[in-house]
Amino acid sequence: MEDALIVHRLQFAFTVMFHYLFPQLTMGLGLLIVILKGLALRKKDERYNDSARFWAKIFAVNFAVGVVTGIPMEFQFGTNWAKFSAFAGGVIGQTLAMEGVFAFFLESSFLGLFLFGEKKLGPKGHFFAAFMVFLGSWISGFFIIATNAWMQNPVAYQVAADSTVALASFWGLLTNPWVGWQYLHNMLGSVITAAFVMSAVGAYYLLANRDVEHGKIFVQIGVIAGLAASILVAFPTGDGQGKNVAKYQPVTLAAMEGLFETKEGAELILIGQPDMDKLKIDNPIHIPRMLSFLTYNRWRAEVKGLDAFPRENWPTNIPLLYYSYHIMVGLGTIFIAIMAVAAFLLWKRKLYSTRWVLWILMLSFPFPYIANITGWMTAELGRQPWLVYGLMRTADGVSPTVSAGNGLFTLLGFMGMYTLLGLLFLFLVMREVFHGPAFSVTSDQYSVSN
Amino acid sequence: METFWFIALGFMLAMYVILDGFDLGAGIIHLFAAKSDDERRTVLNAIGPVWDGNEVWLLAAGGTLYFAFPKLYASSFSGFYLPLMIVLWLLMLRAIGIEFRHRIHHPMWKSFWDVTFAVASILLTIFFGAALGNVVRGVPLNAEGYFFEPLWTTFTVVPEAGILDWFTVLMGLVAFTTLTAHGANFIAMKTEGELQQRLRVIAAKAWWGVLATSILALLATSVIRPEIWDNYTGSPWGFIFPLIGLSSWIGGVYYRAKQNDTRAFLSSTAFIAGMAASTAFGLFPNVLPASTGSQYNLTIYNTAAPAYGLGVGLVWWSIGMAIALAYFGYLFYSFRGKLKLPAEGEGY
Repeated sequence: MEDALIVHRLQFAFTVMFHYLFPQLTMGLGLLIVILKGLALRKKDERYNDSARFWAKIFAVNFAVGVVTGIPMEFQFGTNWAKFSAFAGGVIGQTLAMEGVFAFFLESSFLGLFLFGEKKLGPKGHFFAAFMVFLGSWISGFFIIATNAWMQNPVAYQVAADSTVALASFWGLLTNPWVGWQYLHNMLGSVITAAFVMSAVGAYYLLANRDVEHGKIFVQIGVIAGLAASILVAFPTGDGQGKNVAKYQPVTLAAMEGLFETKEGAELILIGQPDMDKLKIDNPIHIPRMLSFLTYNRWRAEVKGLDAFPRENWPTNIPLLYYSYHIMVGLGTIFIAIMAVAAFLLWKRKLYSTRWVLWILMLSFPFPYIANITGWMTAELGRQPWLVYGLMRTADGVSPTVSAGNGLFTLLGFMGMYTLLGLLFLFLVMREVFHGPAFSVTSDQYSVSN
Repeated sequence: METFWFIALGFMLAMYVILDGFDLGAGIIHLFAAKSDDERRTVLNAIGPVWDGNEVWLLAAGGTLYFAFPKLYASSFSGFYLPLMIVLWLLMLRAIGIEFRHRIHHPMWKSFWDVTFAVASILLTIFFGAALGNVVRGVPLNAEGYFFEPLWTTFTVVPEAGILDWFTVLMGLVAFTTLTAHGANFIAMKTEGELQQRLRVIAAKAWWGVLATSILALLATSVIRPEIWDNYTGSPWGFIFPLIGLSSWIGGVYYRAKQNDTRAFLSSTAFIAGMAASTAFGLFPNVLPASTGSQYNLTIYNTAAPAYGLGVGLVWWSIGMAIALAYFGYLFYSFRGKLKLPAEGEGY
């Protein structure tokens, strides 16, 4: 089953990474649309409603692709990872089923009301519908993170007679110490994506000298939300998440940081290439003692390196894990810098005329996607070789009856289907952006495009 | 406790078939009944605000299956690997057909998505029917509780039959006729004029198709899996479910003839509920019978999660369902009545 294992892993990685391009925008944009609707209510300014309608269209396309690419994830637990599902379904089935019952119904019902019911609901009702869509997407995120947190740090279970795991404490499952920081860190990551996308579209309008009034609103909201979220994603949430990894998965921390040897006063490596033959980092640029301080708040604290752990428990792809983590952290630092400069100019009332900063804002929207995907890869590669950390190896969770050939068939099918979806998505969103929010002028017929 | 979750799961699946059933039915009749662009937009707008929520019943049922009967979930999802993946792709194509069609007003763009939506809906309906057929017929479970079925073999009912054999295809046709009638009833209820007249005719014809295919399926089931009658002979009160189905069918003919669209739609709804309950009653406590011998049957008892988890689930599931039903009540109430076709491009 060795070939089958690789195919199943590739399929899950491919489908989950593609899927995650969409909910991160949904969750962040949901919040920003609520802010736009709230400003429209308070300021009685129709430009905010136009803006909300414009982003609602992009939200709708994005949500649709997010839903259709999310359905396979729920299926694949059973289709490709049947042994894992039989083993752990009694525990993580709880959080996955709760996501369906508490989040999906909420999101989908109020999305119908939000998209089709503006006239029926009135301004306050429409604000409420927008808020409920946002709430649903954030609840959904919580249950997914809680599910993943249990795989990262299994708690609240007991081993049953047939050697599967059974839930021992419902409350313990929801308050897994791994959940809190990871959830907030993730949600802030999605706010960053939405903030960069919104300010990119705004910057484009300002640079192209069209839809200028709406462009200013987009840039303003994008930059303020972007700065706040970029700072919070690093501290305290990123820091807290890092300390969690150090506490519950020290071998993962060592691999992420490229620390091959246990050290007192360990250095923080900024750039360098892991060499898995010589077990060292080539060409390192590092800050002395910084890793010890970040991990334990003491400059001379001992940090365990990979040599402190048996090799069969090392993450299976250390270079990829190391790079994913460093790309995420590096991009996160750049986000703070970009948004701090933009926010400073906004405060000085110079941002809308500073073209080079607008160019940077316009061009940098892909990077939060990369940061979020590499962050997700860090979490998942870091968990290897375990499917459920310390309890079940990835190789033991795969479906016993699905051959590599069948897996390859569906992997290719997903690749074809997702290429189609991705192209259509880009085409439709670009089209909305080029049409612009000015087409949404009156509330009676706000989409007279074409 | 296991029995409760069997009923809960049956309830959620029945809700899915009833609600997404009329969306699928709308897809089946889309190309044939709705001729002009206005009529096709009418069909899509009738399901526009609700189809996404309707589909969530499938996801929520999947999640509930995962947590209440993890071993059944693991065995059936890996065993039905290929058809489930194809179902996924069809669900995707159908969803983007609805979502993307109205975004560009070009005849070729619209035709493409109209055909995609209709074909995906038709194939999905037949696959769902065939899936039920597989559960009724049984699958080749091994001693560990796993199996793998190819898509088709020789179309005969043998222990190692594929997903599609003559029996499961027949069940696919039952689903096809039922959801055609159900969807046509729903759209007729939401519309007026010529389109409505055409849908009434389609619904009436399909409704007789429902009777014909159901009787054939009933006879075939009695031959292939006579055990399905054991529960009925053991506790005859169970005959109430097929009786609900039969009287709903008669009600459907009556109200169809009276041109009462709302009651005709409620009749097809009750028919689906009655037939779903009849099947579930016949299967109980099996959830996936084995064609390799009844000692390998998966039942609610040998696949359920332990009692503590099921007990906790009972609390949040009941709360969640009450809230979800309230959302749906509000959603359908908000969009009640005849559909007024919005101007081109409106909606969102």
